[in-house]
Amino acid sequence: MINKLCADAQAALSGIKDGATIAVGGFGGAGMPDELIDALIEQGARDLTLVSNNAGQGDSGLAALLKAGQVRRILCSYPRMTGSHVFESLYRAGKIELEIVPQGNLAERLRAAGCGIAGFYTPTGFGTLLAEGKETRLIDGRQCVLELPIHVDYALIKAQTADRWGNLTFRKTARNFGPVMAMAATNTIASIEQFCELGELDPETVVTPGIYVKHLVLRKASANLLNQAG
Amino acid sequence: MDNSMRIAMAKRVARDIPEGSYVNLGIGLPTLVANHLPAEKDYFLHSENGVLGRWQAAAPGEEDWDMINAGKEPIELSPGAAFFHHADSFGMMRGGHLDICVLGAFQVSAQGDLANWHTGAPDAIPAVGGAMDLAIGAKRVFVMMEHLAKDGRSKLLPECTYPLTGLGCVSRVYTELATLDITPEGVRVIELVGDTTAEHLQEVTGVPLDFSALGIIPSAASTQRPAVTQHCAELQR
Repeated sequence: MINKLCADAQAALSGIKDGATIAVGGFGGAGMPDELIDALIEQGARDLTLVSNNAGQGDSGLAALLKAGQVRRILCSYPRMTGSHVFESLYRAGKIELEIVPQGNLAERLRAAGCGIAGFYTPTGFGTLLAEGKETRLIDGRQCVLELPIHVDYALIKAQTADRWGNLTFRKTARNFGPVMAMAATNTIASIEQFCELGELDPETVVTPGIYVKHLVLRKASANLLNQAG
Repeated sequence: MDNSMRIAMAKRVARDIPEGSYVNLGIGLPTLVANHLPAEKDYFLHSENGVLGRWQAAAPGEEDWDMINAGKEPIELSPGAAFFHHADSFGMMRGGHLDICVLGAFQVSAQGDLANWHTGAPDAIPAVGGAMDLAIGAKRVFVMMEHLAKDGRSKLLPECTYPLTGLGCVSRVYTELATLDITPEGVRVIELVGDTTAEHLQEVTGVPLDFSALGIIPSAASTQRPAVTQHCAELQR
């Protein structure tokens, strides 16, 4: 019998090695897998490349991971926002590398990685600083930039409900990068609010099928345990 | 620009959005436009974090932090909304499915180049978000901005001096003084706001303006041309 639910986050994250590339879901706080990030800090893998839309706010979550000195490089679209002081001080001190990626390229490069697309041409960014050094091509009268997929070793995402096969639903705008990061990753770990029996999820409502999901971790604060780990 | 001017500008943009349009309203000034789209008509708002429909700010005490807009503010949906993931959301944008996006800007060039993500200052931390995708993706790109920068110079220029967001992507610019269309023939003034005169607008604007759409004969503004040329040359330096 296959049951992807892990006893706890540490069990799910135990395989993460130094130097890994890790995608972390979320747009601002929505969809941010806080408990998995806390567990990654505890797990202690270093020299990480982080792929995430933002670079943390305040002193918890992604900001705490950065503060712990575990991240060497970050790919994101919008690192500078209210409360991003941890990132800003690391960046100004030259202690973290930054690759700014237009948000649509971030999503599409992750999707491409998940779909076996080796590269794609897009008009986004043509003629800007972010296309410097990249291959360009005129297609149908429009100048385009070649963008390459972002493959990641692990995706840490926040979902709503899962069954033991790892089929996932999401909640409102917390869905954001979760599904594409799950596709792009060799190993996807989903933090879930609710664990249910096979068959309880209507197949019509499954957003991320279990083929993209390796491990499930039930959020500790959750009072919605429908079925315990087997 | 005071709050009443911001609201007046938002009302002008809202007035020009046809019912049934799929619209992305950028963060900041463009967000205000939503407040002035008539409630009795149907408009479809797109927020890049994965929601399409119509919404308003969540009531105090009713915030759901899984239900936010692109500005990361909690919202409350009206009936008819749809959720989708980020690649689908940017597919809507990049695939040309949005009719209009409304963005803020640091600078716009006479050719419709847009600069709105980075001042290029050596110590600035760049952050682009979805700006480059919006700039090239929507069928029409409306810009809302103050006519002049803090140093008093025109934000409408022969060429942008800040790093670009997109080339030739802006369709129309709304400022507190005028509404201007970017056309292959040049910058065409389609509306003068309040007491603004053609002469004054040309005097403070860094590019030659075409007033023919307002029935103002070119000679009316041409007396200012030499001064403007000089101003442009200054800006290009």
